[in-house]
Amino acid sequence: MPEQMKMIQCVVNGRKETLCVDVRESLLDMLRNRLGLTSVKKGCEVGECGACTVILDGETIDSCIYLAAWADGREITTLEGLLGPNGELTRIQEAFLEEGAVQCGFCTPGFILSAEVLLRRGEKLSREMIRKHMAGNLCRCTGYENIVNAVEKVNRERNE
Amino acid sequence: MYDLEGYWEAGTVEEAVQLLEDHPAAKIICGGSDVLIKIREGKLAGTGLVSIRGIPLLQKVTLKENGDLYIGAAMTFSHLTSHPLIRRLVPVLGEAVDQVGGPQVRNIGTIGGNICNGAVSADSAPTVFSLECRLRIEGKAGVRFSDMKSFYLGPGRVNLAQGEVLTHIVVPREKYEGYAGHYIKYSMRNAMDIATLSCSTVCKIDLKKNVLEDVKMTFGVAAAVPLRVPKTEEALKGQPLREELYGLAAGLVRQEINPRDSWRASRAFRLQIGGEIAARSLREAVLRARAQEEVRLRGPKQQEKVQIEAEQTGQQQEIMQPESDQHRKEVR
Repeated sequence: MPEQMKMIQCVVNGRKETLCVDVRESLLDMLRNRLGLTSVKKGCEVGECGACTVILDGETIDSCIYLAAWADGREITTLEGLLGPNGELTRIQEAFLEEGAVQCGFCTPGFILSAEVLLRRGEKLSREMIRKHMAGNLCRCTGYENIVNAVEKVNRERNE
Repeated sequence: MYDLEGYWEAGTVEEAVQLLEDHPAAKIICGGSDVLIKIREGKLAGTGLVSIRGIPLLQKVTLKENGDLYIGAAMTFSHLTSHPLIRRLVPVLGEAVDQVGGPQVRNIGTIGGNICNGAVSADSAPTVFSLECRLRIEGKAGVRFSDMKSFYLGPGRVNLAQGEVLTHIVVPREKYEGYAGHYIKYSMRNAMDIATLSCSTVCKIDLKKNVLEDVKMTFGVAAAVPLRVPKTEEALKGQPLREELYGLAAGLVRQEINPRDSWRASRAFRLQIGGEIAARSLREAVLRARAQEEVRLRGPKQQEKVQIEAEQTGQQQEIMQPESDQHRKEVR
């Protein structure tokens, strides 16, 4: 087909972006190739593994099965957007390190973003609820136990 | 890059209908969690796409004056689950779509797409069948309404002509008022899995006579299309509400459904599970119907209170969402 482009405006990690994207392009490709946000991982490309998770208007989505053209008018946060002004980690990232919830690290950005959205809700979470809301992210290293521990730890701290 | 022949965005239903007429080979895309994957797999490679995801009319749930509930086809699963009207009037539907895939998929997948995709394992389908919903379809010739049975033609095939758009799933007032339901999805894993078998039961009870007044039961993955079990339903109607009811339901279902052997599960296993989830979903549906009836019989005062409470919890849900809406407006 003849190349079909679309001009979009969106906010990525707090910065307003105006981009001309190919209509065939996924949001994942846009974030990695046009904006250099390589924390967004390309895993299964069919919306199963969650490695490409980003926060879009406050909700997690798989950016591999989301067209870049749809990001028009949206606000997107990737892992890079969580970084503090002096490079500080967020509490949930620290907790992942403390609990040994990271091994190879490929799934970690997606997990952190899913955890971030879940923890923002502010409610007290059972382990079962954590598992349900983190079910869209796959990890082949840790066996999930330490990931659930990390989320539970931060949730407990905030509800004390 | 997705292999697309062309991509067009519709702002209204009329525009979508026109675009589909202009591009007869184009497919409708809404959430994208089925269509984009089919393109990636090659099954739909090289297709044109008409997007209906930006049509505001399709993203709302509205209660009509006559009490009919209109659910916009582009409502995502997660928004449906948290919507105050769904939680108050047809909680079983919100719970059913909360079992689709994982959170990220529920944030993009839509109920209209789930139905039009025609999969027999669609998590919304058994409940939409049991609630005897009507589908509002708009095309060049105007608006038509379809029931679910005549819409599902076979695996992956639905009765939607090129140029037609499913705009709303309609739950008629008389189909939800006084009814309560429960959906059970049986699958190997708790998330990111397709149902091995599923069952949605919707029922109404007569508390004074202590009998099951009406019951509707639909299975997913028990046949080529979602399967209602009319013989079982007829036999169960009027039965007294006691422990034997559930064993009876299980036995009747095992005689009526006709599942097949597949790599996911054998026929024998599906028959066993079918009876079990029928009994369990009926038990829970009766429990809920009883609670609902007790509130109603206790008088309007208490009923009002419960409704206000439901609305309040619904409002809290709404307060959580607008944050994202605000961002959207600012950007625009």
